[in-house]
Amino acid sequence: MEAATNGQTVGPARVRFYQTGTFTVGNRLLDVSVQSVQSDPRRNNSLNSGHRACQGCGEALGARYALDAAMRATKNRIVVANATGCLEVFSTPYPESSWRVPWLHSLFGNAPAVATGIAAALKVKGKDDVRVVAQGGDGGTVDIGFGCLSGMFERNDDVLYICYDNEAYMNTGVQRSSATPAGAKTNTTPGVGEEPGNVFGQGKSVPLIAMAHGIPYVATASVADLRDLEYKVQKAMGLHGARYIHVHVPCPLGWGSAPSDTIRVARLAIESGLFPVFEAEWGEVTGRRRIRDLVPAQAYLEAQGRFRHLFGKHPDTRRIAWIQDIANRNIRRFGLLDEGVQS
Amino acid sequence: MFRQLEGSQAIAETVAMCRPEVICAYPITPQTHIVEGLATLVKNGTLSPCEYINVESEFAAMSVAIGASAAGARAYTATASQGILFMAEAVYNASGLGLPIVMTVGNRAIGAPINIWNDHTDSMSMRDAGWIQLYAETNQEAADLHILAFRLAEEISLPVMVCVDGFILTHAFERVDMPTQEQIDSYLPPYAPRQLLDVDEPVTIGAMVGPEAYTEVRYLAHHRQMDALELIPRLSAEFRETFGRDSGGLLHTYRTEDAETVVVSLGSVNGTIKDVIDEFRDEGVRIGAISICSFRPFPMESLRVALAGVRRVVTVEKSLAIGLGGNVAPEVREALAGMGISVATIIAGLGGRAITRSSLRGVFRDAVEERLPPLTFLDLDLDLVHRQLERERADRRSGPAAESMLKDLGAVASRVG
Repeated sequence: MEAATNGQTVGPARVRFYQTGTFTVGNRLLDVSVQSVQSDPRRNNSLNSGHRACQGCGEALGARYALDAAMRATKNRIVVANATGCLEVFSTPYPESSWRVPWLHSLFGNAPAVATGIAAALKVKGKDDVRVVAQGGDGGTVDIGFGCLSGMFERNDDVLYICYDNEAYMNTGVQRSSATPAGAKTNTTPGVGEEPGNVFGQGKSVPLIAMAHGIPYVATASVADLRDLEYKVQKAMGLHGARYIHVHVPCPLGWGSAPSDTIRVARLAIESGLFPVFEAEWGEVTGRRRIRDLVPAQAYLEAQGRFRHLFGKHPDTRRIAWIQDIANRNIRRFGLLDEGVQS
Repeated sequence: MFRQLEGSQAIAETVAMCRPEVICAYPITPQTHIVEGLATLVKNGTLSPCEYINVESEFAAMSVAIGASAAGARAYTATASQGILFMAEAVYNASGLGLPIVMTVGNRAIGAPINIWNDHTDSMSMRDAGWIQLYAETNQEAADLHILAFRLAEEISLPVMVCVDGFILTHAFERVDMPTQEQIDSYLPPYAPRQLLDVDEPVTIGAMVGPEAYTEVRYLAHHRQMDALELIPRLSAEFRETFGRDSGGLLHTYRTEDAETVVVSLGSVNGTIKDVIDEFRDEGVRIGAISICSFRPFPMESLRVALAGVRRVVTVEKSLAIGLGGNVAPEVREALAGMGISVATIIAGLGGRAITRSSLRGVFRDAVEERLPPLTFLDLDLDLVHRQLERERADRRSGPAAESMLKDLGAVASRVG
């Protein structure tokens, strides 16, 4: 199932079994050993039901799958460090903690460093079987926690860091982060003025930055493909050193999408090329998720209220085209339409 | 065993004998020799098992210590000056979580203007962060307080800051009676965490707490510090039994019997003050000194007892509460409320300016003769200040103040006197 020798890694067994004409994974037809973690009635429910996340919350869904997969991969021996943010707030008000794992929240910007400290303590105590997962939203990861994250990567500390990216500060009421996409409306990049919404900057791909640290494993994932997320978490837990998984998690409240559309919106991000799903080992891309049915970026944008100002009576064709260019560049860069290596 | 040692080396070796299991360090003058010393002791296997982590900032240093402590390891770090400000959020967090981390502060001024020399502005900025704060008077005490700090922190589930005057102590070579490993092991039991990130018994730590219990959680920390007022003298007495010398305690008194005037200070400056006290005593002046070792918790009752019958108190303070005056004097006044004792403040030694015996003699003489104003800035060059004020009156765009004042002074290099 897992191995890590001489820089060569072997992931857990992967099975792709799509029912004809749908994207549903035919879990019940698979061998028990490769069925999804969530389909197992003995799963841990690491983030248990009853928490206070909004309807359709992508982050809650992603965290549940990711942590249960990490628990299964380690035989239920993980410790979790959590950054401040939605995930921390909606899960903890005592006596209603939803966490069924040892869990520590310290601050907004220090989850990677706290995780380093936990890993160091476990090592010095000889608890080699206990592993550390740190997690946070995009604000806690790509902005305020970025220094600590880079430090943890550079030292190659034995931590899996999972970023649930919903592309803005949702906990404080939808403000721009450096993960907010170009053109998106937030409450600090309002949909008013000559060019409403977020500026068209250079972007900031933390997965690529993570890869530049040369760490053992970097992957992107999406709640549109939860089996792929489980696979990547399981694979990451089979490795030691710093590992990073960046999960795209729609936020109905912040994105202005229907709670029932969370998976659809996430899938449109993948199928348009705006969110490339790939994995990398030791700084080199080793796999990507091919686009199955290419859609224009517009299909993704139109599903969300945060891009509404780009459409209407006088569509902002210029900026819609810029966003399409971003998708096209991702498709070229990661070979998202290429045959061959599949993630 | 007596050895001639640099303060930082004495601290490093003593900390190592306290068997910290995780040390995280980010370099800042004048703390560097301490973490360098520990790096060597870990790397050469003297201190083992121990994880030494070179972090990318002081904020990460304290955060790593938080994670390590919550996962059951004895955690240590050291910082100074800008570093303690950079980690401020995590400093508060460590005490809020009740994690018994020990941190050395090599006391240094805060910029701007940037200044690497000693004063107490850095640790004073964290006086209300919920940490216990102990101030060392000598290198002997600087080393010893770390042993006491680990014991105290772990007994009371609060972090402890050991404040050591930068350069004056950290870089000074003094004779230090170094403890043995056996002595420390008999005094300091292994860390038994009160709360633990344990896979066999999962707990949630760091949950959101609203108005329904926030006050009580904060009060608990206050209650623990009040308990520390009892515990510090007890642990210091035990320290004497084990190590055969006095270190720590809430405060140190010097020739306060029958004193009419008492000088109150923190840290190494008490050495100079005691010399001046001796000179005055030789002249028959009834004057004594108190150095406060435990600034947090603040030893209200001990001060009242020690200062009963005194007519006046003078505080000598190495930090300035801009817009008010001293940091220490208001607390001393509160302790002495209703006792009819006047309290005057002397701000001295900012940014490493030498506190000389002759300058202290002058202000103590003024105090004894009832001529000392409530707030005095020792050796303040008012002429330099007035020249700058004049420049600012004459010209709206008068330029950067610090640079203009240095130019007036004609100083080409740091002058401490």
